[in-house]
Amino acid sequence: MTAMLNVKDLRAYYGQVQALHGLSFSLNEGSLTTLLGANGAGKTTTLRAICNMVRSTGAIEFEGKPIGTRSTENVVRLGIAHVPQGRGTFTNMTVEENLQLGAISRSDKNAIGSDIERMYEHFPVLKQRYTQQAGTLSGGEQQMLAVARALMLRPRLMLLDEPSFGLAPLIVRDLFRILGKINREEKVTILVVEQNAQLALELADQAYVIETGRIVMSGNAKDIANNEDVRKSYLGY
Amino acid sequence: MELFANQVLAGIATGAIYACMALAVVMIYQAIDHLNFAQGEMAMFSTFVSWQLMQWGVPYWGAFVLTVAFSFAAGIVIERLLFKPLAKAPILTNVAGFIALYAIINSVAGLIWDFTIKQYPTPFGSSPFLGSQLISTHQAGMIGITLLMLLLLFFFFRFTRVGLAMRAAASLPESARLVGINTSWMIALGWGMASAIGSIAGMMIAPVVFLEPNMMLGVLIYGFAAAVLGGLTSPFGAVMGGFLVGIFENLVGTYIPGVGNELKLPIALALIIVVLVVKPAGLFGRAIVKRV
Repeated sequence: MTAMLNVKDLRAYYGQVQALHGLSFSLNEGSLTTLLGANGAGKTTTLRAICNMVRSTGAIEFEGKPIGTRSTENVVRLGIAHVPQGRGTFTNMTVEENLQLGAISRSDKNAIGSDIERMYEHFPVLKQRYTQQAGTLSGGEQQMLAVARALMLRPRLMLLDEPSFGLAPLIVRDLFRILGKINREEKVTILVVEQNAQLALELADQAYVIETGRIVMSGNAKDIANNEDVRKSYLGY
Repeated sequence: MELFANQVLAGIATGAIYACMALAVVMIYQAIDHLNFAQGEMAMFSTFVSWQLMQWGVPYWGAFVLTVAFSFAAGIVIERLLFKPLAKAPILTNVAGFIALYAIINSVAGLIWDFTIKQYPTPFGSSPFLGSQLISTHQAGMIGITLLMLLLLFFFFRFTRVGLAMRAAASLPESARLVGINTSWMIALGWGMASAIGSIAGMMIAPVVFLEPNMMLGVLIYGFAAAVLGGLTSPFGAVMGGFLVGIFENLVGTYIPGVGNELKLPIALALIIVVLVVKPAGLFGRAIVKRV
């Protein structure tokens, strides 16, 4: 397997404050990787740095191409979909318009209609609500919509920032099941940032643990889940 | 009763001017979330350009098309040169920029074309429309053009991908970038479109108020009033607001003693304040539904 995303010595800054202190990691093509850590560890910043939404130094390569200096929209256009924290739903637009926006940078206009239908198969609840203002959806439905919107890009890599945040446990299970399915069936490489470590480790095949802007542990998700010391000291369960 | 009907009709005729301008105001508000105080001056300058073209012998509609194209390009250039660098600056810095632009355009127009009042032609003629003395064929034509622009804008925002991208960039810039939209160019495009719409408004208004560098001073305030009344987020509301302000102004002038021409402008300003206090979203503005 080749590395699809290669991050070397990533340092990120908010003004004078340094949030990441030389992070290095890589994602294999087709993998489902989770990035774990406590509040303020730098998980969100890592995702934002990949999409150039925060000032950073270091090398980021996607499919062999350096992307560190590209603007956010140009990173996205390479096929990197980012589901941000808080979901970033266009609340005053309809569900269908949100999905169309996901595909806005694509040039193959004819395939967009069938892709929307495919999203309705993955997320039947969206089909029932497709003319509704997205802001009226429940939190879980909005998260489904955010994932569907990201998939409309036909991404090679999908970054998810705490998709379980604020959702009921049953809905989280459902969402994670769909993410696993997308990873297997649509061959989308996924990097998911989570605080819900237990669930994320069940889903993922690779895992990284970060603490105060540094990677402190990496490896097979099962091994990390089974290592009691790691669980107690970093994951808190 | 006939007096009332006549005044309403006359109000609609003047309202068309405000509706035209309000459409440009709403357009820029959609794109940048601010009101552009130089909007009227930009429209005035465009109108002078079309006048100059006609002086050089270009036929009316030729000058019309060239002016709209020029204004579209000029709007984009102004955004790229002046307001893109201010994109992250505080609102007050932007306001200072708008006011500077206002003064600059006004003076430059005066310098090139001087401050004497000029006649401006209309393609619709100025005979009574359908035998009514209250509304001329020009005013009817202006209403037609305004409604046509509204219709085109509606289709543009509702059914085209660029329109959808512009709406997305205006409502949530960060999310828009995350679906691959170049939000910076969407803002430039918004400026171009607002400037183009403003130029059409200017060319429609000039035959009524005559062409001179200060022609838009009052019109822009009415345009703001109309846009606020209709709702700054709704092009349809802006046009309706324009007509309503026109009708309101006429009725107040007719029925409330003591309100002559001198008090018409304060009425517009009072209307802005009342709407902002009573119903800030305006009559047709979309109140955003949010689930917490």
